[in-house]
Amino acid sequence: MHRFANPTRFLKIAGYVQPWMAAVTLALFATGLYMAFFTAPPDYQQGESVRIMYVHVPAAWMGMFCYAAMAIASAVALIWKHPLADVAAKATAPVGAAFTFLALATGSLWGKPMWGTWWVWDARLTSMLILLFLYIGYMALQGAFDDRARGAKASAVLALVGAVNLPIIKFSVDWWNTLHQPASVIKMDGPSIHPDMLWPLLIMAVGFKTYYMWVLLVRIRQEITANKVRILRLKQVHGG
Amino acid sequence: MAMKRKHKRLTFVLVAMALVGAATGLVLFALGDGVSLFKSPTDLVTAPPSESQSIRLGGLVEEESLRRETGSATVRFRVTDLENAVEVVYDGLLPDLFREGQGIVTTGKMVAGTFVAEEVLAKHDENYMPPEAVDALKKSGQWQPDDAEGGNHAEGFTK
Repeated sequence: MHRFANPTRFLKIAGYVQPWMAAVTLALFATGLYMAFFTAPPDYQQGESVRIMYVHVPAAWMGMFCYAAMAIASAVALIWKHPLADVAAKATAPVGAAFTFLALATGSLWGKPMWGTWWVWDARLTSMLILLFLYIGYMALQGAFDDRARGAKASAVLALVGAVNLPIIKFSVDWWNTLHQPASVIKMDGPSIHPDMLWPLLIMAVGFKTYYMWVLLVRIRQEITANKVRILRLKQVHGG
Repeated sequence: MAMKRKHKRLTFVLVAMALVGAATGLVLFALGDGVSLFKSPTDLVTAPPSESQSIRLGGLVEEESLRRETGSATVRFRVTDLENAVEVVYDGLLPDLFREGQGIVTTGKMVAGTFVAEEVLAKHDENYMPPEAVDALKKSGQWQPDDAEGGNHAEGFTK
């Protein structure tokens, strides 16, 4: 791990990997969306509305995946003082927040025609809303200190504490009765979703993850460059 | 020395995480059924709520219980958890997924033994398949409404 701790070496590798990630993401999105809109069958109960699933479910998974990544990076930053972990956690937050919002918004659009309501305060929807608030709180806390290091430390602690929400989101539909359906894909007795619908769903989910890798590299490179500029400016001020 | 401080921080984070997890677990345990969205027909039968209390009732629309009153939008049906059933009366638009055997969640009040609904929401289950797959299952005699429709709808509604 510490081989990549050197920002210069990281920048070199990231510059090479980034265009590949972009290409893979675009290819997966094109394939996944084409299948979702044209080759995937309508559902026997929900008809064509089921196509919202191909964005809603991968977006919700991304929201949780990004939070887990952010929490792990925060732990590494707190414990091992790894310089890139801090930057990675910070770069992940807006991406996770955006996808959590997308999951909530598409869920709302799906809920109205199927359930008959835009929103209901059941355990799954509420815990997902809390996830969005955790992201927003993380970003706000990070910027609330004049000392950047203190802001990073405080927000890392918040990220770790907030991680207890992840199992609550996952198991909310099993622990309590909710309007939201139980899991269709990640469950003990295998997916209860037809393969023709499962494939586009999985392709979209992988596409979302490579999108995250792509954006993460862009954001980390940007952050490292911004840090370099800041250090140069400080040197200028103190030197002159 | 550096190693030691690293291990100290690791232990601290792990212990703190365990404590936060345990605290959250206790809170959720204490909240218990309060977090649940709705009550079952059995809950309403065993502990009848007062008439002024607004409650949510969840269950399956009992087969062959749906009656539409002529000349109005009022519908009557029974909501069951396969143990007990409650008579529901509702005046309004039903969601697309509403049908007999379907899981629903309804908000309203118990008035003289009948649940007067203000809102009816449909719950859909975790099964996704194309209509042709359902036709094929029906043709080959493998379609089990208990298993694929009613059964899984009943999940979370029955005890």
